[in-house]
Amino acid sequence: MTRTFWTLATLASYWRRNPIQLAAVLVGLALATALWSGVQAINAEARASYAKATGLLGGPDVDVLRPRQGTSMPQSVFVDLRRAGHLVSPVVEGAIAVDGQRLRILGIEPVSMPSAATPEALSDDGENGGVPAFLSPPWEALAAPETVRRLVGDTALPPRRADRSLPPDLLITDIGVAQRLLDSEGLISRLLLEPGIELPQSMLDLHGLERVPPAERGAVIGLTDSFHLNLTAFAFLAFAVGLLIVRAAVGLALEQRLAMFRTLRTCGVSARRLTVAVFLEVVVLALTAGVVGLALGYAVAAVLLPDVSGSLRGLYGVAVSGTLTLAPEWVLSGLAMSFAGAFAAAGSALWAVYRLPVLAAARPDAWRAAQATEMRRSLGAAAGFVVLGGLLYVLGDSLLAGFATMACALLAAALALPALLDGALRVLQRVARGALLEWTIADMRQQLPGLSLALVALLLALSANIGVNTMVGGFRETFLSWLDQRLAAEIYVRGATEAQAQAIDDWAAQQPDVREVLPGRIADTILDGVPIEIRSAVDRDTYRRDWPLIAAEPGAWTALFGGEAAMISEQTSVRLSLDLGDTVDLGTGPLTVVGLYADYGNPKGQVMVPLSRLEQDFPDARRLGTGVRLDPAGVGAFLTRLEAAFEVPPDNVIDQVSLKRLSRETFERTFAVTAALNVLTLLVASVALFTSLLTLFDRRLASLAPIWALGISRRRLAALEMIKTLALAAMTALVAVPLGLVLAWLLVAVINVKAFGWRLPLIAYPDQWLTLGILSIGVAGLASILPILRLSRTAPSQLLKVFANAR
Amino acid sequence: MRASVLILIVVLLIAPKASGQGFADLGADAEEYSQVTPGQTLVFPADHGAHPGFRIEWWYLTANLEGTDGETYGIQYTLFRQAGAPPPERDGWANQQFWLGHIALTTASRHFYAERIARGGIGHAGVRPSPFAAWIDDWQLAASDEAAAETALGFGALRLSARGDDFAYDLGLTTEMPPILQGEAGYSVKSDRGQASYYYSQPYFLAEGTIEIEGRTIPVSGRAWLDREWSSQPLAADQSGWDWFSLHLDETTKMMLFRLRHDDGQHYFSGNWIDGSESTPIPGDQIELEILEETDVAGRTVPTGWRVKVGARGVDVTVAPLNPKAWNGTQIGYWEGPVRGAGSHDAIGYLEITGY
Repeated sequence: MTRTFWTLATLASYWRRNPIQLAAVLVGLALATALWSGVQAINAEARASYAKATGLLGGPDVDVLRPRQGTSMPQSVFVDLRRAGHLVSPVVEGAIAVDGQRLRILGIEPVSMPSAATPEALSDDGENGGVPAFLSPPWEALAAPETVRRLVGDTALPPRRADRSLPPDLLITDIGVAQRLLDSEGLISRLLLEPGIELPQSMLDLHGLERVPPAERGAVIGLTDSFHLNLTAFAFLAFAVGLLIVRAAVGLALEQRLAMFRTLRTCGVSARRLTVAVFLEVVVLALTAGVVGLALGYAVAAVLLPDVSGSLRGLYGVAVSGTLTLAPEWVLSGLAMSFAGAFAAAGSALWAVYRLPVLAAARPDAWRAAQATEMRRSLGAAAGFVVLGGLLYVLGDSLLAGFATMACALLAAALALPALLDGALRVLQRVARGALLEWTIADMRQQLPGLSLALVALLLALSANIGVNTMVGGFRETFLSWLDQRLAAEIYVRGATEAQAQAIDDWAAQQPDVREVLPGRIADTILDGVPIEIRSAVDRDTYRRDWPLIAAEPGAWTALFGGEAAMISEQTSVRLSLDLGDTVDLGTGPLTVVGLYADYGNPKGQVMVPLSRLEQDFPDARRLGTGVRLDPAGVGAFLTRLEAAFEVPPDNVIDQVSLKRLSRETFERTFAVTAALNVLTLLVASVALFTSLLTLFDRRLASLAPIWALGISRRRLAALEMIKTLALAAMTALVAVPLGLVLAWLLVAVINVKAFGWRLPLIAYPDQWLTLGILSIGVAGLASILPILRLSRTAPSQLLKVFANAR
Repeated sequence: MRASVLILIVVLLIAPKASGQGFADLGADAEEYSQVTPGQTLVFPADHGAHPGFRIEWWYLTANLEGTDGETYGIQYTLFRQAGAPPPERDGWANQQFWLGHIALTTASRHFYAERIARGGIGHAGVRPSPFAAWIDDWQLAASDEAAAETALGFGALRLSARGDDFAYDLGLTTEMPPILQGEAGYSVKSDRGQASYYYSQPYFLAEGTIEIEGRTIPVSGRAWLDREWSSQPLAADQSGWDWFSLHLDETTKMMLFRLRHDDGQHYFSGNWIDGSESTPIPGDQIELEILEETDVAGRTVPTGWRVKVGARGVDVTVAPLNPKAWNGTQIGYWEGPVRGAGSHDAIGYLEITGY
């Protein structure tokens, strides 16, 4: 035991002499762990954001029971259904005017409310402290932060608490409060019910209710699933970057001590004992750094997910278990990350230690001797991975093959990077003029092997960033244009009855501020076993000018409204193998396909025909909300007039302007989170670079001393060193751009298509590449400051010693 | 149904430490609630109803049943009331009462349970003293017909029905006996520091009806025991939970015993000896409880097998569970299940173990 202790003490003495290297190893490991946790946080944040967007877009993930006639029902319906064992939850909704502006009031009953519909501030993972104040005096209400600001000073309404998940101009209160505010005591607007829960038709008939499933639910879920898949892929990418960095840090530290290991062995420490000691050392390193990294990752998460940090308070100061459900996953996966990295890195070293020939001279530099062969071998392996990746892309058909293609691209790039840089430098060397420049380039080439691991880390970090930005950006624009297409009109109104809907259409058409009125219908059918929606289009600018088409025949809209043509969604085209010019028959005669449009996320196929044709061929077609186009600034005024003219249930009116604004904000938040990840990844890569430069420093003296002896000042040498590091970083960044684009392309055009059947657009963001390039040069500069300062301050005597020691 | 609200309420109901803090946070001092004092006379059927001025209250029915299939079963029906704020009681949605329902069915090898929560003031949960009814949604314990309900001080004939996901029960309960007052004439002390509740029982119900397990209906009959208790400050701060027994020793002799566990190991014992309509407190020092068997369930170890000795009454029985895994995995979990006693008496009954 004591012998192991002394062996460990000897090993530790190295760290005492090289505290900066120890710090670098620990920081590297910790940052890699933190990076992993950070990505987890992004995923969590994205999920939360999309859940919100989904909830607001398609209605919460619950079924709705609403009165067949009128806009409200007595509260006793709620009690009767509950007493009959049906677990419904009541909602009352309406609008009031506050200072001349419209304020929607939504009264909910949180005790019985399905969790999918519960506002964030009252939900389990939100701040539980919100529930008692909501359910008891002073009956705190929830509103979007801007609405809270708007209502400051209003004493007629209950006190407000801000909830970021809510749309503006909406006040959510307890149902009793809402009934009082809306002057509708004893009345409710609708009942909520978890989907899938059975409710007999007789019960619905008895109370004059109809059951409405959440609108467009499948569509949004499909789209967000695709996004989650992509983010998950990037989480693994970040994991790979982290592993590499940890390997760089720990691996170098062990390689450097081969001489010490040999000395220990000759002093009588058995191979087994030494291996155990090194093993223990790695465990301690991994554990320490892992814990620090977790704390860091948790801090990142706390910043990104403020609700998590807030939830600690819980109920009445009691820590409620289950509100921090992310924590155990983070702890486990974070520590696993740290250990996997440390042991992946130390594995070969441990093996070397175990088999270390006692009498062989320690040659810490020996591995570099074989660098030329090594580089060639790596290049060969890289070529192999390119071929394999190509084969997988061509032959593979599964999602797994898509991911494997991505892995091949990454591995190939990582393996080829040193050779690529070396090749580029060789070309430069040929054209370079001047002794100092030629030496600088030659020296860069000599430095490459020592830095290659760090440069690969930088490459992966950069390309992951480019990939993630491209993918998120493409997704964002897709989603927003999809929203634009789906909800092109400023307002959607659905009449409570067919007669009312018709009356509203007529009334709206006569309003002076209304540009277009867009009634719509939809019917379902099945074509070749594929469920198909048939939706209507009307001959207005909203369709002719604004509806985006992927591909179209010339004069497609005119043909469509001519009545003998149809447009189909991308999915319909893929599933039914239909293309432009083909004909589709909905059972009412052949229609020529004249246009293809994107219909992201819709699990069903879709065919679009003119409204008149749909009404004629499918008399049972359901009415969609009527779109009303008008100046967005006039939405409030229009709604006020609409409510004065008709008794429309408030949830039958969608104010699309504020809805879209909210969706946009959600995306901006995701972007902010992604930016935080970018910085973190680059930070990790810079630590790897720093470690490598520091490690190389001692060896560099042997190369630098002769140059110094030739009359180049230390200051100038230091400047050259800095330039070399920056140049390597810049070259790596150049390689990272195409790699990042390849990754993004694989995700949006290969993996996404295989997983979901539609393609996301690949949109290039050159300004982001520039920013990233500058950032990476910046971190490289940062990483090289300390090693270079040391160089410029190296005593001449030490440089002279190089010659004395004749190394 | 949502965990946060459940935790809010159940923590207040069952976990005594949390409740202390909870009320401080609600800004309502215990003194603002009605207080339990000795010497009060319980009046029936009025006291079958809710006492909203008190902080907590429950209607707690357990039954030991034999099926026509020869198997032994146990069922539980509990309605808890919790006041979120002291009186006066507010109307409609503003009402401060919360209602929590627990139902369970135990067989020798299975244990089913379900949970419901509701707000007061609206009518989908509540209690009516006469004709008696205690309900939450479709779970209900109520007078089966008005004439019979007027006998036995309001509890002459009740019907109990409730349904969970995989189980259900529908039982008729009848008795001719009046309710039995626990403690000293219904004043039941819970600690040496004066914590107390009003407590009465109806241990003489004969039960008959059906149970349903995963779609299979089984006719059953047996004995049921209803407990009624209300208070504003049930436990002392250092009491972590209780072990409670209700035992049918024979047709006319019943025994209720409990041990309130103190953090320092100085537990508080109490009980009542019920003979016909006579109910006599059993002094704590006459009660000996010894743990014979512990069960690992839901990640904890709970004492499910006991030796119960009341020397002064000639009771020395070994109490064993029908199903040692009768854990109600509700928001705040506890063990509640049918037991059988052997030794000086052949007893059946229920055991409730909380706070483990």
